[in-house]
Amino acid sequence: MYDGGKIIVGLIIGLGLLVSPFFYDLGQVAKPPDPQLTPKAKEAGACVAPTPYMRSFHMQLLDDWRNTVVRDGDRFYDTGKGTWHLKVADFFGYKTDSGPTVPEGKVHYKSLQVTCMDCHSNKSKFCDQCHNYMGIAPYCWDCHIAPKENQ
Amino acid sequence: MLDRAIKGTWNYWGWVIFLLALIGTAIGFYIYQFQEGLRITGMGRDVSWGFYIAQFTYLVGVAASGVMVVLPYYLHDYKAFGRLTILGEFMAVAAVTMCLLFIFVDLGYPRRIMNVIFYPTPNSILFWDMIVLNGYLFLNILIGWNVLSAERKGIKYGKLVKTLIYISIPWAFSIHTVTAFLYAGLPGRHFWLTAIMAARFLASAFCSGPALLILVCLIIRKVTRFDPGKEQIRTLGSIVAYAMILNVFFFLLELFTAFYSQIPGHMHSFEVLFTGMEGYTKLVPWMWTATGFAFIALILLIVPASRRNLNTLAAGCASVVIATWIDKGLGLIIGGFTPNPFERVTPYWPTTPEVIITLGVWATGFFVLTVLFKIAVSIKEEVAA
Amino acid sequence: MSMNRREFLKIAGVSTLVGIGGKTAFQLLAPGEVEAQVAAAPLTKAKRWAMVIDMPRMTEEIMDKAIEACHRIHNVPDLGKVKEAIFWIWKEDYEHAFPGQTHEYIKEEIKEKPFLLMCNHCANPPCVRVCPTKATWQREDGVVMMDQHRCIGCRFCMAGCPFGVRSFNWGDPRKAPKDLNPDFPPNPEYPTRSKGVVEKCTFCAERLARGQLPACVEAANAMEKDVMIFGDLADPNSAVREVLKKHYTIRRKPELGSEPNLFFIV
Repeated sequence: MYDGGKIIVGLIIGLGLLVSPFFYDLGQVAKPPDPQLTPKAKEAGACVAPTPYMRSFHMQLLDDWRNTVVRDGDRFYDTGKGTWHLKVADFFGYKTDSGPTVPEGKVHYKSLQVTCMDCHSNKSKFCDQCHNYMGIAPYCWDCHIAPKENQ
Repeated sequence: MLDRAIKGTWNYWGWVIFLLALIGTAIGFYIYQFQEGLRITGMGRDVSWGFYIAQFTYLVGVAASGVMVVLPYYLHDYKAFGRLTILGEFMAVAAVTMCLLFIFVDLGYPRRIMNVIFYPTPNSILFWDMIVLNGYLFLNILIGWNVLSAERKGIKYGKLVKTLIYISIPWAFSIHTVTAFLYAGLPGRHFWLTAIMAARFLASAFCSGPALLILVCLIIRKVTRFDPGKEQIRTLGSIVAYAMILNVFFFLLELFTAFYSQIPGHMHSFEVLFTGMEGYTKLVPWMWTATGFAFIALILLIVPASRRNLNTLAAGCASVVIATWIDKGLGLIIGGFTPNPFERVTPYWPTTPEVIITLGVWATGFFVLTVLFKIAVSIKEEVAA
Repeated sequence: MSMNRREFLKIAGVSTLVGIGGKTAFQLLAPGEVEAQVAAAPLTKAKRWAMVIDMPRMTEEIMDKAIEACHRIHNVPDLGKVKEAIFWIWKEDYEHAFPGQTHEYIKEEIKEKPFLLMCNHCANPPCVRVCPTKATWQREDGVVMMDQHRCIGCRFCMAGCPFGVRSFNWGDPRKAPKDLNPDFPPNPEYPTRSKGVVEKCTFCAERLARGQLPACVEAANAMEKDVMIFGDLADPNSAVREVLKKHYTIRRKPELGSEPNLFFIV
């Protein structure tokens, strides 16, 4: 191999760098997420959409909300009507299954800050649990005001 | 062909490392800007575009250097420019790269830059600027690379490349026209609201671009074995001369309209630039320096003897570059925003981080230019041998 | 459309209720009721929202209250008198608000009293024309709206606006000086913005959606009845049309053809 020595050394260094994250915390166990509902959330029973759907697709719902609120001026969410994405997810079986049933015809004010965080006011013990575990830092909170928590 | 760029003299590597050092420093400052926001620049609510956009505006003009050699060669069979076309095309690549980088560093939310593509808005001139700039970049990369590749192999380039070359000629005119339209269609900015803005942009482009190309060619003559050709450089010099005459003439036309009509909106920006207003005189020495260099440039370029002599030609081209850079890179943008819509003067001057980031982008452009020219010159040297 | 006293009281009542606080109101009223009431409020449907400011009856005190109301509920940071200042509504003297119209010997009152300026929500807005992503656009009801989710911070709209009504977040608004913004953000029910996006008056789109008048109008009229009149210019029977019929009004830079919808009785 022409310049074989340099190539092999370079390959070892390169591959080493590539797989280094896996060796960084070898043997350690990351604390699994433990999202907790507030008493208010438990009392409310159901979220604005079925729990399995919200667990997987709350971002899609929020995305729909932010577009319809800001761009279409439509600020009220009717659980009976849902979103386009929810209908597709429903088709693939997300609406059935576990979790409490969402009552139809309930109208919510589409707002992360005002509606969602009203029930889920314990952001660090709910939202952040999974987000931190997955290494996700949603930029929503750059603008939308996170609820003040008493730590 | 890229391997030609990693084989060079100590001087070559010294220059490349110097550029990389500048780029590295600027990246550090850009990270600071990314985290802190554009408040680290001198811009504000009134002068909301500043040094970055001014550089972009100037460099769109420089990108024209390509068409000024390509047009005579391909449309009028002016074979003498044969050795220059690749240099013009590669200079356009470097210039447009800098344009796009300057736009990027000027954005408040750069992570969302793809929104311009996700949400196309044909009524916005910025949308069309994105299209024509990127299009011109790809055109010149494709054309330059393929023509050079063919020359290296000793064959003729394909028909598709010829078609792309023909497209690139009107496309070059479009990038200036569209960029001028960014300014010329804004109802609230009287310094820019003039039909001659696009014409001024073109005239300024066709003198500053080729002037820079001449200077780079003279450097190439000194540091490499490749000679773009003395007569070719002199012909380019004539092109620069006429374009500079037009450029200055158009500026004087603007002055006439403003001061003969005595309309405040038209006059005020000129006053800010040339006499100062409300105590803001920062730009005055710069604008008069530009005027001085413009006259020096005209004399050196119009007088045939000084245009023939390569040393005085170089001085003339340098004067053109200085004068046009001050005019577009400082005067045009700041003058457009000053005074503001309330007829108040808000002083603007780039801050140190702003200048360093600017230098970094210029260094990136020169890096691209160096690499591409090294490849082109190396191949032309080989073919000549 | 004409409105009798009954309708007015009904709407005023709902508006006040809803205006107490989005959250509270929706807890008090059952969801279906909220929607029905909001749909009934005429303020949500218009073709061309416009505002008339009665300058002879305006005072600086009222203007300050209007500015405070707007900047408070929208979490507009006070950065001080700096070049990066952000303001959606502000006081400007006649000479600088109407530079093409002023002269040396103008009526003293016009010279002394500042005008209250905000976005004109033009019918032919140049800022909308230039935005490359439609982060600012004109709604069907005439409001020139902002979508800070989409804004890339190119500031072309700021260059395009002939009236200087737009502000940019040069830095993070949450890092605004604490001594000028002691309890920032003052309104936890409205977002702040992040650094790098443009912002401006939106005619309180979030309030219009709930059948309420813009905050500045409400605050000003609480001190002096109908000193700011808000309504639908396209509706021949609206309050704004009545006022425009009775009084001579001026607008900023009408010769530019942007068709501003902010009128000043002088």
